[in-house]
Amino acid sequence: MEKYVCTVCGYEYDPVQGDPDNDVAPGTAFEKVSEDWVCPICGAPKSQFDPA
Amino acid sequence: MQPVLLKPGIHWVGAVDFNLRNFHHYSRSPEGSTYNAYLIQDDKTVLVDTVSHHYFDELVTHISALVEPQKIDYIICNHLEQDHAGVLPRIVELCKPEKIFCSTMGLKSISRQFNTEGWPVVAVKDGERLNIGKRNITFLETRMLHWPDSMVSYVEEDRVLFSNDAFGQNVATSRRFVDEYERPLLLRAMKDYYNNIVLPYSPMVLKTLDRVVQLGIPIDIIAPDHGLIFRTPDDIKFVLDSYRAFAEQKPKLRAVVAYESMWGATESMAFAVGDGLDDEGVPYVLIDMQHNHVSAVMNELADSGALILGSATRNNMPMVNMVALMAHVKGLKPQNLVGASFGAHGWSGEAPRMMAEELASMKVDVVGEPVRAHFGAKAEELAACRELGATVARALKEKVKAFA
Repeated sequence: MEKYVCTVCGYEYDPVQGDPDNDVAPGTAFEKVSEDWVCPICGAPKSQFDPA
Repeated sequence: MQPVLLKPGIHWVGAVDFNLRNFHHYSRSPEGSTYNAYLIQDDKTVLVDTVSHHYFDELVTHISALVEPQKIDYIICNHLEQDHAGVLPRIVELCKPEKIFCSTMGLKSISRQFNTEGWPVVAVKDGERLNIGKRNITFLETRMLHWPDSMVSYVEEDRVLFSNDAFGQNVATSRRFVDEYERPLLLRAMKDYYNNIVLPYSPMVLKTLDRVVQLGIPIDIIAPDHGLIFRTPDDIKFVLDSYRAFAEQKPKLRAVVAYESMWGATESMAFAVGDGLDDEGVPYVLIDMQHNHVSAVMNELADSGALILGSATRNNMPMVNMVALMAHVKGLKPQNLVGASFGAHGWSGEAPRMMAEELASMKVDVVGEPVRAHFGAKAEELAACRELGATVARALKEKVKAFA
């Protein structure tokens, strides 16, 4: 599973960790993250992420 | 004004803007503000941040009182917003620095804002250390505190933290230090600044404060880029503790009633809501949005735990200042609030329901049913408003208890 980086603030989404604070379980691939999920740091939408 | 000594070899060289009232075009600075820039004189001469574009002359005058500007070797850009980097192109042209340091996100920001062709920009990583002679400067990234590029710079030998916008306050005086100013006024200015600018990034504030504790870095001076500088152990503890409290956002037993009336009916309802809060012994403040800036509500929320919105309905929606208020509050993501809504109308009366929905979308605990009044509020509707105020008061007491 690939890591993704927020192009706005640099936050890195690590699928191993997920984003449990925002209902994304550890082990969730970026592609499987809900489309309305946003960057937990700066609020940018999923479309603003690029593969790390 | 002249340079102010922080530590031997470290001076404030910024500018004081006594007349600034519109801060960043979304907040207010009733006491003015400052753009703090600092000069470190070591084997390398280092300028930490700059000033807003119309204060170029002051910055150059202050630097020149200490050293020829052309002697500046390094410029550190902790944050590239216009108020700290507005004069950067002119300063770079004047000083021709050997290096310009910014964060990795700052690299993106600097090249998008300025024509950086030929500029010796160097992106530094989190934790990177720069030797400037007898001193070492460590850079710590503080992303989204409050922009992606934000970082702070720490001078190890002098224990000085250049904290950029963190710990800033809109205060303009001829004095530069917190211990030369009144603490209650300072606290007010810190709250107003935090709640209108830093609040949505509170999770990052808590992480950063924890990191500072973990790193165990001793701090003699916290030098922010706006307002006064903290230099006594008591003042440093005060600002760190205050920031933790601001970020934690525990609800306080006080309510804000913000309203916008067209012909006075909604205002009479606001007074009745206030009476209901009074009945339960909860203090409150009434804010008429026709006469107050949206930031006034955020200022008051710093000391409150409830936000009650009232608006007349105009063209099937709340009045425009109320809509602006809701946008301002929503973006700042306040936590742990109780809320309610009310309003008068001539015909359709959608506003109270819309405001309740908007509050709910901000994760505010909305209590009671929105109270509506057709034209002037009658005794029955005023009684319902009074009960609404009491309902909010009781819910708030429970919430405050839960956080105790």
